[in-house]
Amino acid sequence: MNAVDRRDFLRGAGFATAAAALPTEASAGIARPPKEISPQAVGMLYDSTLCIGCKACVAACKAANNMPPDIPQHLTDWNEDTWDTPEDLSGRTLNVIKVYRNGTAEQKDHEINGFAFVKRHCLHCVDPSCVSVCPVSAMQKDEVTGIVTHDPDRCIGCRYCVYGCPFGVPQFDFNNPLGKIAKCQFCSHLQKKGQIPACCDVCPTGASLFGPVKEIEQEIERRLTAAPGTPHEFPRGKIGENRPPNAATIPHYVKGIYGEHEAGGTQVRYLAGIPFPKLGLPTLGRQSPASLSEGMQHTLYHWLIAPVVAFLGFAFLARRNMAQHADDEAPKS
Amino acid sequence: MSTATPLRRSLITPTTLVLVALVVIAFYFLGVRFLFGLGAVANINSGYPWGIWVVVDVIIGTAFGCGGFAMALLVYIFNRGQYHPLMRPALLSGLFGYTLGGFAVIFDLGRYWHAYNLLLPWYIQPNSVMLEVALCVMAYVVVLWIEFAPAFLERLGLTGIKRVLDRWMFVFAALGVLLPTMHQSSLGSMLLVMGYKLSPLWFTLWLPALFVISALAMGYAVVMFEATVVSKTFSLPSEHALISKLSLVVGCITVGWLVLRWVDLFARDAVPLAFVGSVSVFLFWVENALFLFAALVFVTPAGRASPRASLLAAVALLAGGSLYRLDAYLVGYQPLSNWSYFPSVPELMVSIGVISLEILLYLVFIKTLPVLHGDAAHR
Ligand code: SF4
Ligand code: SF4
Ligand code: SF4
Repeated sequence: MNAVDRRDFLRGAGFATAAAALPTEASAGIARPPKEISPQAVGMLYDSTLCIGCKACVAACKAANNMPPDIPQHLTDWNEDTWDTPEDLSGRTLNVIKVYRNGTAEQKDHEINGFAFVKRHCLHCVDPSCVSVCPVSAMQKDEVTGIVTHDPDRCIGCRYCVYGCPFGVPQFDFNNPLGKIAKCQFCSHLQKKGQIPACCDVCPTGASLFGPVKEIEQEIERRLTAAPGTPHEFPRGKIGENRPPNAATIPHYVKGIYGEHEAGGTQVRYLAGIPFPKLGLPTLGRQSPASLSEGMQHTLYHWLIAPVVAFLGFAFLARRNMAQHADDEAPKS
Repeated sequence: MSTATPLRRSLITPTTLVLVALVVIAFYFLGVRFLFGLGAVANINSGYPWGIWVVVDVIIGTAFGCGGFAMALLVYIFNRGQYHPLMRPALLSGLFGYTLGGFAVIFDLGRYWHAYNLLLPWYIQPNSVMLEVALCVMAYVVVLWIEFAPAFLERLGLTGIKRVLDRWMFVFAALGVLLPTMHQSSLGSMLLVMGYKLSPLWFTLWLPALFVISALAMGYAVVMFEATVVSKTFSLPSEHALISKLSLVVGCITVGWLVLRWVDLFARDAVPLAFVGSVSVFLFWVENALFLFAALVFVTPAGRASPRASLLAAVALLAGGSLYRLDAYLVGYQPLSNWSYFPSVPELMVSIGVISLEILLYLVFIKTLPVLHGDAAHR
């Protein structure tokens, strides 16, 4: 199963690359300034080269967030509601490990004849589309930690967040008459109690690493500047916490840090040994989509001046014109 | 000029019976939806969280409901009183287009029992384009019922109330132009956040303008279509003289839309994408061809003079405007992974049922309320 392949349905070639840039120059005057990351923002580093695909994080995430097992349709005849085997994010799954495979799939983190893992969940955008589109403030971004949470008691189930998230994160449970939006909330309930996100807590290799974004950035810097092959102590759980590190060597990373700039930047960052698009991470430009759509709304509806002026103008004209042709209309019976 | 009168025709006809049957089928599937969830009826999924219930029933449906908006602009703002006979039928179709669009929203909402949160000031999120659309559409439904109220008041003989309402009608006429301008453009703005998932053939900063202009054109097209079909069906005097004058207005709007669409495509260097072989590109051309055909008929005197060509062009405009919306929301949209979407039969039946209910109520209203002009001979 090549879970991260794309099917080109209804689309022409060249579309994906062309769509990777918003019309930035043209929008310079329209877009509002991008949001800045909070100095105390917390984040996560997922290093695909460290991930061994054990899915301990998937199980821990389920337990920590009381999510039900997820069994794909094609496995239901032998897997009866016990073995959680999610293949993608869904209304029942907040976190999933997917695999890239190519050819003989012999070597880890090789694009040709290799394989690689990727973990998918909310990236906790700096300027999140889901927060911007939600009509009832059910999606909220914490001003200090930057965690993006969801409140089902407010949510009306319009699914604009599902449609709008550039990373394809929020999921609606379509098979439940009382369905909800499911989305990783960075285990904010555990963080409130001083614990760390369940997925980072259980990760045996430190592939999922929790910490303040600033320290995450420093750790990324250390990994990317060290020569491949040099010994490195990969922290586990939370950066700076006194857990024994995973002593290994620096792998061959592809260039770039996914999440540093994508769609205005995210608090979850990725390092990988094969190109990010191969892992199913969408190719996105730097502009946050929310800055564009909000900029347009603010331009058109600034203090509601335009609508009020238009209303007064229309009302004046309508009144004058109606008085004028009240006479041409025959009186009604 | 004659006055509006109810059409003296039987309410029970083969047509209305078929419509009733379609409505009943739709309600059956809606029952299933409420008992077992959206997924039990509709093919919408994580990649395509919005299907035809949003795009056809609400986004296209309200554009079909823009007759009242388009005529109010012409009659009340641009002072073209001669079109007044077309006003009430236009308002009536708007009334149902919008009221049923609002109804469709409710059954499409995954957590409809929270819908009232849209009205709670401490929950609303003013940056959300959807909030603007929701509040503005709700307000406009109320305005439409008020604009149409004189028909009820006349029927019930409540001339006193009608006189008071008439005195204040200019307020509602103004709102009846302002609110659709706002939310029809916002239906385009809703896609601005989709930049990374939408084909550049549709994604542009001009989406709000393209949406509101095409909604206006569709509004006039609905009025023309309706006037022609209704006068044919019920053998009323033809409104073609009036319609052919209206045609030039629609023609100019359509040309304006095409110019904006194409200048923008060239300015963004998106035109080469229109020459890549794919279903979406094919539909892009169909959409533009329909608009072009309508424009050509409406701007040429020969086209305007022919009732048949005018009717065809009005239909082309409605189809083109609908396809433009369908393309922008679903076809030109690229989900992030392996998802595809095609509406299921029950899903289609619900949308067909909503449209049937619209036509049915329209027929009932024109037969019981003073909506149409020119039926005096049949009294
Ligand atoms: S990844 Fe999607 S769901 Fe998560 S914060 Fe960003 S926009 Fe919201
Ligand atoms: S589905 Fe819920 S959380 Fe998502 S945008 Fe709609 S109301 Fe907000
Ligand atoms: S942070 Fe918590 S909710 Fe998010 S993926 Fe990790 S365990 Fe799941």
